[in-house]
Amino acid sequence: MGFSVALTPENLFWCFVGVFLGTVVGILPGLGPAATIAMLLPLTFKMDHTAAIIMLAGIYYGSKYGGSTTSILLNVPGESASVVTCLDGYQMARQGRAGPALGISAIASFVAGTVGVIGLMLIAPPVARFALRFGPPEYFALMALGLTMVVFLAGKSMIKGLLAMLVGLWLAGVGTDLFTAESRFTFGQMELLDGIDFVVVSIGIFAVAEVLVNMESRGGTELFKVPRGIRNLMPTLKDLKDCRFAFLNGSVIGFLIGVLPGAGSTIASFLSYGAEKAFSRYPEKFGTGVIEGVAAPEGANNSETGGALVPLLTLGIPGSNATAILLAALILWGIKPGPLLIQDNPGLFWGLVTSMYVGNVMLLVLNLPLVPLFAQILRVPYFVLYPGILGISIVGVYSVSNSLFDVWMLGLFGLLGYAMRKLDFPAAPLVLGMVLGDGLERALRQSLMMSEGRLSVLITRPLSAAMICVALAILIMPLVNKVRSFRVKAVEQDV
Amino acid sequence: MSEKKELLSGICLGSFGVYVAFEALKLPYVSEFGPGPGFFPLWIGIGLTLLSLLLIVANLFGSTAPENSKSQSRTAIGRALVGWSGLMLAIGLLHWLGFGLSLALLAAFLVLALEKRSPWVAISVAFGLALGFHAIFVLALGLSLPAGPWGF
Repeated sequence: MGFSVALTPENLFWCFVGVFLGTVVGILPGLGPAATIAMLLPLTFKMDHTAAIIMLAGIYYGSKYGGSTTSILLNVPGESASVVTCLDGYQMARQGRAGPALGISAIASFVAGTVGVIGLMLIAPPVARFALRFGPPEYFALMALGLTMVVFLAGKSMIKGLLAMLVGLWLAGVGTDLFTAESRFTFGQMELLDGIDFVVVSIGIFAVAEVLVNMESRGGTELFKVPRGIRNLMPTLKDLKDCRFAFLNGSVIGFLIGVLPGAGSTIASFLSYGAEKAFSRYPEKFGTGVIEGVAAPEGANNSETGGALVPLLTLGIPGSNATAILLAALILWGIKPGPLLIQDNPGLFWGLVTSMYVGNVMLLVLNLPLVPLFAQILRVPYFVLYPGILGISIVGVYSVSNSLFDVWMLGLFGLLGYAMRKLDFPAAPLVLGMVLGDGLERALRQSLMMSEGRLSVLITRPLSAAMICVALAILIMPLVNKVRSFRVKAVEQDV
Repeated sequence: MSEKKELLSGICLGSFGVYVAFEALKLPYVSEFGPGPGFFPLWIGIGLTLLSLLLIVANLFGSTAPENSKSQSRTAIGRALVGWSGLMLAIGLLHWLGFGLSLALLAAFLVLALEKRSPWVAISVAFGLALGFHAIFVLALGLSLPAGPWGF
């Protein structure tokens, strides 16, 4: 039934419009899918509802494909989930492998996006019921597990990684308190009452700081080497072979995290990167341009969209801004998402699911030919590229809330990012702390409220206890390794 | 130099941690709903202070040995700070001159002051970027960017 709905010329056309718009929106930093869906929502009132939801969903998952482009080419994360892609993607671009990085990103997105849709189709209702067992203690444990990814992002000094993460957690708390509406750390600035937007921080400490580092010396005519020939601009068979587990890891982690309302694609991409590094044969190379470091988070980011539609369609619970607007669209059209959606509107449900298969194929066909074209951006002389990156950064930050205050903050975070680079502090843990800080604090305070202040609530529930045990194991692992290496050294010295 | 860097980082972050904890103490630790707005920042401040002390102690006893120990050239840092100052100046001009002209001035400044290219190159880059951004972001995508007195 789904194919007969999705493959009508009208629905195919709107699917293409959606994924094309999504790709464009994903490439542009700051302009997210939620804002685009909201802007286009009034235009859908006169459309057929199935065609409209196919188009809006196309924008949602299409934006995930485009998000990696600026991360890989310019170190400008277009959205929070693309931050992890900067770590290895940008390093690959610096080594003349921007093409393979962009290519593997598109392929990982396709594979994981398709796995996410299969998951949505086959196991949606039981998985959604399982997700409902997540209360505040489980969410706290999940966020804590996410924070332990600092172990894999800290680089040479764990202390510095933890310090950067704590600064990120503090930044997440700037603004109005979630429960009491009291202002915290706003320095008397009205603009800070809403908090600091993630885009401002990530673009500042990644993109602006990178430009400042590159300004230190006069460059050549080209910023990076871009190899000639289409073959050198695409992933090789070896690349694909190296990434086979990354595809699987990204697909599974992305889908499972996506099902949990509020967890989001950022935590999925961080967890997937951490898992890939933990089980890699060469974890020490991560962050220097390893292709699996691009495939895993990009896969997770895309598989998450299939997962995120599970609670939306089967329970009527949105897990993110974009799915909240999709929910609003369904309600505005008079459709009630929930357990009866499949029964009451089979054409819409199966049409949407099947259109996501078609949309993923369209996105692969649309994105792969663009790889050589995008890679040519790096041929632009450095003295044009740097002001261009700064211009894109300003546009990206300003378009979030049309605020010049945010642009000032961008400059300040650019300087902070530069200082962090000079002082050998890793930037990714700061971003990790900032992304998870809000959810972590909310879940912890809710847990303490429901248990009347008893911290034991975090370890007496099986799911949260299991996740906290895993988190502790991940945290203790480097210490154990360090003690072991000290012992080995001591024995060697004795000998 | 690397030791100084570590000490400086530790002292700055330690002071920041003390500040965060001190400010958090001014907020209620407990509210009628449970933990108050000061609860989380207080622990963050304590964590920052303790870890900074650990960083300082580890550095003093020589257990951290950063690989990147070569001293940073003052000229290199100076160039980056000049570029950053140009960026901040351009941000300051956004309100008065609009995005297009501010970006053009920033590009011209970077090309002339940092890259020492000819004025013609600077002018070409400045106008090319300003026009390109206007065409893509304003005309094609309909984004609203800060506009100067002449409407762009």
